[in-house]
Amino acid sequence: MAGGTAISGARAGLIALLSPAYLWLTAAIFLPLSAMLFFSLVTELPFGGAEWAFTLENYRAFFETPTYATLLWKSVRLGLIVTVVCLLVGFPCAYVLAKAIRGRAREALFLLVILPFWSNSLVRIFSWAIVLRGNGVLDLGLNALLPFEVDVSLMFTTHAIVIGLVHSYLPYVILTSYLALQAIDDNLIDAARSMGAGKPTILWRLVLPLSLPGLVAGAVLIFVPVVGAFMEPRILGGRVGTYYGTVIEDQFVAVYNWPLGAALSFILLAVVLFILAVASPMLKRAQA
Amino acid sequence: MTKRLICAAALAAMAGAGAVQAEEIRVLNWQGYGTDLDWAVEAFTEETGHTVVHEYFNSEQEMLTKLRTNPGAYDVVLINAAFTPQAQEEGLIAPIDKEKIENLADVPADMAENQDLNADGELYGVPWTWGLTAYAFNTQAFEEAPTSVEVFWDEAHEGRVSIRDDALEAVQFAAIATGQDINDISDMEAIEAKLTELMPQIKTYWGSENDWNQFMAAGELDVATYWSGSASRSIASGLPVQFVVPEEGAVGWLDGLSIPESSTKMDAAHAFIDWMIDPEFYVKWADEGAPASANAKAAEALPEDAFNRQVLGDPEVVARVQFQRPVSDEDREAYLALWQKLKAAQ
Repeated sequence: MAGGTAISGARAGLIALLSPAYLWLTAAIFLPLSAMLFFSLVTELPFGGAEWAFTLENYRAFFETPTYATLLWKSVRLGLIVTVVCLLVGFPCAYVLAKAIRGRAREALFLLVILPFWSNSLVRIFSWAIVLRGNGVLDLGLNALLPFEVDVSLMFTTHAIVIGLVHSYLPYVILTSYLALQAIDDNLIDAARSMGAGKPTILWRLVLPLSLPGLVAGAVLIFVPVVGAFMEPRILGGRVGTYYGTVIEDQFVAVYNWPLGAALSFILLAVVLFILAVASPMLKRAQA
Repeated sequence: MTKRLICAAALAAMAGAGAVQAEEIRVLNWQGYGTDLDWAVEAFTEETGHTVVHEYFNSEQEMLTKLRTNPGAYDVVLINAAFTPQAQEEGLIAPIDKEKIENLADVPADMAENQDLNADGELYGVPWTWGLTAYAFNTQAFEEAPTSVEVFWDEAHEGRVSIRDDALEAVQFAAIATGQDINDISDMEAIEAKLTELMPQIKTYWGSENDWNQFMAAGELDVATYWSGSASRSIASGLPVQFVVPEEGAVGWLDGLSIPESSTKMDAAHAFIDWMIDPEFYVKWADEGAPASANAKAAEALPEDAFNRQVLGDPEVVARVQFQRPVSDEDREAYLALWQKLKAAQ
C-alpha cells in the first residue's frame, strides 16, 4: 500500500537521523559507564588472570572512612558556591546582552563571553596561577598602580579555586540565560511597565520566572562538573585543594585501586542525582 | 663499549645458535628516565642492530598491571627494588644471566647483592641507578645552610615549605623526622602528630619535578623535599637551590632493570641492560642530570665537581641513608588513609 510505505519511509528517516547520536551515546557513555559500574563491584581488576569476586566492600569503604564524606561535603559546598557566584555574575551580563544592546556591540560582547571556551582548560588554570601567585601579575600590577605596598597572594587559597572555576564555567550560565531571556517577549515587559510595575517588580515577577529554565540549565551544567573537579583545585588550591575528585583521581592514577575509585565515582553520581532530584520539584513550583 | 657490545652480540649469537638477528626490544619505564634518550638508543642500535621501542607507566602499580596483562609485550622493564620481590614472586620477571652482562662486575656487592633484587640465589634486577629523597632549600632564603629536617617545622618558614603529594613519601619523611626506621614504622601516632604539625607550614604540595622548579623559580618556597637526581638537574639549570642530606637521615631508593619472564628476546634485552650500566652511557647521561649510577666505574668516571660525586659520593652521607624495602599492601593503604585524612582536614 502506498500509505504504508510512506509511514515506514518516514520512520526509516527518523531512525537514520537519530541513530548516529544514540549509537554514539551508547558507545561513548553507556559502555564505559557500565564497565565502571562493574569495576566498582569487584575486589580486583579482572585482568591478566587476577583472582576477583563480586563485593560491596568498595562502597562500604566510603561509609567506614569519614575522610570521604568530609571531602564530598566540601566538594558539594564548592559546587554551590561556584554555581551561585556564576549565577550572580552571569545573569546580569546575559540580561544586558539579551535586552539592552543590539547589533555589533552585542556580537563583540558575545565573542568575549565565548572566548574562554576556545582555550584549553588547563591553559586557563595555569594562566590564573600566573596572575594570582605572590609576585604574580596581579601583585605586580596593583603595586605599580597603588602608591602603597599591597601583598596580594590569593594563590593556594579557596578564593583562587573559586575564581578559576567561575571563570571556566561562567559562559554556560550566560549562554543558557541569554537564550531564555531572548525568548521573553519585549511586549510583556512593556505591558508590565505600562501598568505601573517598577523595575524590581518586573525583574522579580516577570523576567526571573520566565528565564528560570535557562538559569536552572546553567546551574546544573556548572554544579555537576564542579562537584567532581580535581584539576583546578589542585593547581590553584595547593594545600587546601584536596576535594572529593582528588581522592577519586588518586585511586585511579596513584594507587591504581580502580574498584574503589569507581565506587567513589558512583557515590558522587548518586549524590549529584539526589541533589538534582530534590531541587527539581522546588524549581518547577517556582516556575508555576 | 664497542668491544663489549660485540662480545654481547657474539654471546647472543652463540646462545641463539644461529645468526645474530636484529630485533626490536620493547622497554617499559617512566617517561624521560634514561633509557629513552635518543642518542643512547641510537648508539645501541648502531652497535647491535637491535632497535628499541618504549612504553611508559605512571605508577609502579600500573607497571605491574601492564606486566601481568600483556605477557610477551616487553623485554626490559624498570622496577624499583622495593617492588622487585613482588614481581618476582608473581613470576613476572626472569632471573638475569649474569654472564651476559659484563658491566655487572663493576657494580659493588652491596648493590648487586641487594636482598630485594636477589631471590633464591638468582639476580632478578640489575642495579641501575639509585638516589635519595631528602630536601633542597632556596639559597636566597637562608643565610646558613640548614642541616636538619626540623627546618620544615620552623615557624620562620610557615607557608613556605612543600612536600610531595605522595602518601608513602610523606609518611617516610615523618618517620625520619621522628627517628624511626622507615621500613619498620612502629609509632604511627607519632607520624600522624608530626605530619599534623607540618600541614599548616605547607604552601602547596608538589607533584612533578617541573612543579618543583616552577615553585622555586617563582620564589614561593624556602624549602621542599626533593629527589637527588632532580636536584642535580635543577641546580644545573641555574636554580639557586642546594640539596641537603639531613643529619636525621634520608630515604634511599634503588632502581633495577629486569627482564620479563615472557620476553622472547632475552639476548637483546641483556645487551641493552649491559649498555645501560656502561660508564660511557652514564657519564654522558650525568651531564644532563642523572641519578647516581650503581656502577662504581661509572661513578668514578664523573668529573670531580659533579653533583652525584660531591653529594652522594661521601661515605658519611651514604651511612645515613635508609634504603626503601618493599611496603605491604596493608601498610600502603594505612599510609594513604592517613595522608588523605590529613589533606582533607585542610
